[in-house]
Amino acid sequence: MAETLDLSIFVKHEDNGTAHLDLAIEGIDCAACIDEIESCVLRLPGMVDARLNYTNHRLAVEWKEGEIAPTAVVEELQRLGYRAHPFQSRLVEEEETRRAQWLLKCLAVAGFASMNIMLLAVSVWSGNVTDITPETRDFFHWLAALIALPAVAYAGQPFFQSAMKALRNKRTNMDVPIVIGILLALTMSVFETLNHAEHTYFDSVVMLLFFLLCGRYLDQAMRRKTRAVAGNLASLRAEVAHRIDSSGEIVLVPTAALRPDDRVLVRPGERIAVDGIVISGSSEIDESLVTGETAHRPTRAGDQVYAGSLNYNGTLTLQVTAAGKGTLLDEVSRLLENAAAAKSRYVQLADRVARAYAPVVHTAAAITALTWIATGASVHDAILTAVAVLIITCPCALALAVPVVQVVASGALFRSGVFLNAGDALERLAAVDTVVFDKTGTLTLPDMQVVNPASIAPDILAAAARIARLSHHPLAAAVARTDGNRRSFEGVVEEPGQGVRTIVDEVEMRLGSPAFCGLEEEARESAARHPDCSLIAFAWGEKRAILLVRQALRPDAVSVVADLRAKGLDCRILSGDRPEAVAPIADVLGISAWRGGAKPADKIAALEELKAEGRKVLMVGDGLNDAPALAAALVSLSPISAADLTQAQADAVFLGDRLAPVLATIDIARRAHRLMRQNLLIALVYNLIAVPLAFLGYVTPLVAALAMSGSSTIVTLNALRARADTGTLPRRSETTPDLVLQEA
Amino acid sequence: MDVLLYLVPMALLLGLTGLAAFMWSLKSGQYDDVEGAALRVLSDDDIKP
Repeated sequence: MAETLDLSIFVKHEDNGTAHLDLAIEGIDCAACIDEIESCVLRLPGMVDARLNYTNHRLAVEWKEGEIAPTAVVEELQRLGYRAHPFQSRLVEEEETRRAQWLLKCLAVAGFASMNIMLLAVSVWSGNVTDITPETRDFFHWLAALIALPAVAYAGQPFFQSAMKALRNKRTNMDVPIVIGILLALTMSVFETLNHAEHTYFDSVVMLLFFLLCGRYLDQAMRRKTRAVAGNLASLRAEVAHRIDSSGEIVLVPTAALRPDDRVLVRPGERIAVDGIVISGSSEIDESLVTGETAHRPTRAGDQVYAGSLNYNGTLTLQVTAAGKGTLLDEVSRLLENAAAAKSRYVQLADRVARAYAPVVHTAAAITALTWIATGASVHDAILTAVAVLIITCPCALALAVPVVQVVASGALFRSGVFLNAGDALERLAAVDTVVFDKTGTLTLPDMQVVNPASIAPDILAAAARIARLSHHPLAAAVARTDGNRRSFEGVVEEPGQGVRTIVDEVEMRLGSPAFCGLEEEARESAARHPDCSLIAFAWGEKRAILLVRQALRPDAVSVVADLRAKGLDCRILSGDRPEAVAPIADVLGISAWRGGAKPADKIAALEELKAEGRKVLMVGDGLNDAPALAAALVSLSPISAADLTQAQADAVFLGDRLAPVLATIDIARRAHRLMRQNLLIALVYNLIAVPLAFLGYVTPLVAALAMSGSSTIVTLNALRARADTGTLPRRSETTPDLVLQEA
Repeated sequence: MDVLLYLVPMALLLGLTGLAAFMWSLKSGQYDDVEGAALRVLSDDDIKP
């Protein structure tokens, strides 16, 4: 690009006269890149520091203010063969990073405490069966208390906070019985230490914390990794716009730098980057990303246009409107609010179990105490046994059962190019029995493609592709893509709104509208046969051809839909495009239940109907018009090319040109759900064995330690099976950005 | 067994030193780029031939 991008809004100015810029780098694939990038950037004048983070592919550069322009860094990287995009860290990601660090600190404290206390506990256990003196045992118990109390106070915070939050909202979650168990076990152990007793449970408490924190941390690390990649993708996608300054000068700026009432120039063939009102110029725009409609809409001064539309043949000047203004956006956001409010809050599997679990366990403990008193034991012994019941049932395995599977499954999804936005989406995905697809941009690729290359002579197609390379028209770009030849012809002239022409071998070559090439007769015929295609004509002396262009199906759409159906899923199409354009697609895919011309409200109504039939709907969509439907469906997916608002609503986002991730997502989710239920069953069986033992008073600290670590280990190992078989899934397509190629 | 009176606290102190070292390394950003750190160690550009 000859124009340089104005990066000034991304530069952070430090107090000591240095400027700081974060860049997301595309194209890093080996260890040598670290050195190459850092040393070349540092060689630039005025550069103070350049540090590449290889884990998340971000480069932090610092330079002396005013000595070098930030664009020079980007250009240097370009020269080295890397593409750099200014990166603005998002609030969510920073929040996740902070939380992950905090959990790691808690984990370190719990690990330190559990190792040291276990050292003391094992000495006491072996001493109890040999010749430990009561004084030494008391000393060890006091030391254990000294370590355990502050460690639990610090490392237990994530659980205390979560339990408090649940109780304040008058709900319970898995953390409530955990916290009750921890606190009771600690209190009893301190009490027993004071009484010079043989048994304390300090080791069980800190070990429990350590296991649980491991689960939490892994969960957080996985989510953070997904967010980092999503953050990079967002900055790679970050769009730029030509802003017209007050002096009339045109500057290329990132859209993030645009303010309402700025004026923006949109040239033919460019994607409109912001919402705005046309103040001058007229053109046809393709709003397929916004409404799903593939026919172009004529636009003139005073019309509202939306970000994501593609400008076809005329230059437009826009006035930027504040986000969320405009009739369509208003409607979409109103529907979104309703859909989100109406969506009955899905209760996660773990919470449902917790809801049933806590009362049962606490009742069991109470019954234990009463039975022991009734059979003549002292109150002290009765309470001790009851607390032992609570400790042994403290849902260590239960609390790990679901999160560990979620971590392993989202790792498997990550490797197949799917990013989960919501952790509980896996459970909802597993329940799905109906898949509703949007057509434009979801079943079809977002870019236009020539659909009849086979019926055109290869030399004509090659010539058309070469001349098309010099046109700015989006349809011509589709023609240019049919041929890898990068050379074009000399002296190509673009006639605005008509086409391009040049002289090759003393014969005039034209590519453009049928009228421009004198092929109106043939064009009428083709248009009648293919009502869903746009036409481009090519004429070079006697060599003439009509090229049909439309958004082609994703390469594996047919097989994926067939596979989905083979798995017993009902596939449907719900499109905002004209019925004539939907029909052929539905026909190819063999889907009989389809609807075209659906407005956002119609889509929601259709989903409500399906819901009323008792179906569990997965909605796959990309357009702005799909956002409310995605929110209304039980669970939703969207391709990475989707509108921003839509991606924010989707439970998961998939990468690449293929539809296979939809299939992979459902497969992995189903397997994960099966494993979650198995894990819960294992935890239940464990409790069925452990509770009677505790009831009868056989649970010593040694038994508790063995039982808890044993059950946690089994559950974790079982969860690891969620990653099995992912190797057989189709590899991600070539277009996947390289920064996700690394294994999770 | 009196030896335990100072041996055990000493062992604890050593453990605490380890914990403090971990906290320091976490705070100084040594876990921000674990993959990069694994590869940087292989770079030998700082050694003059």
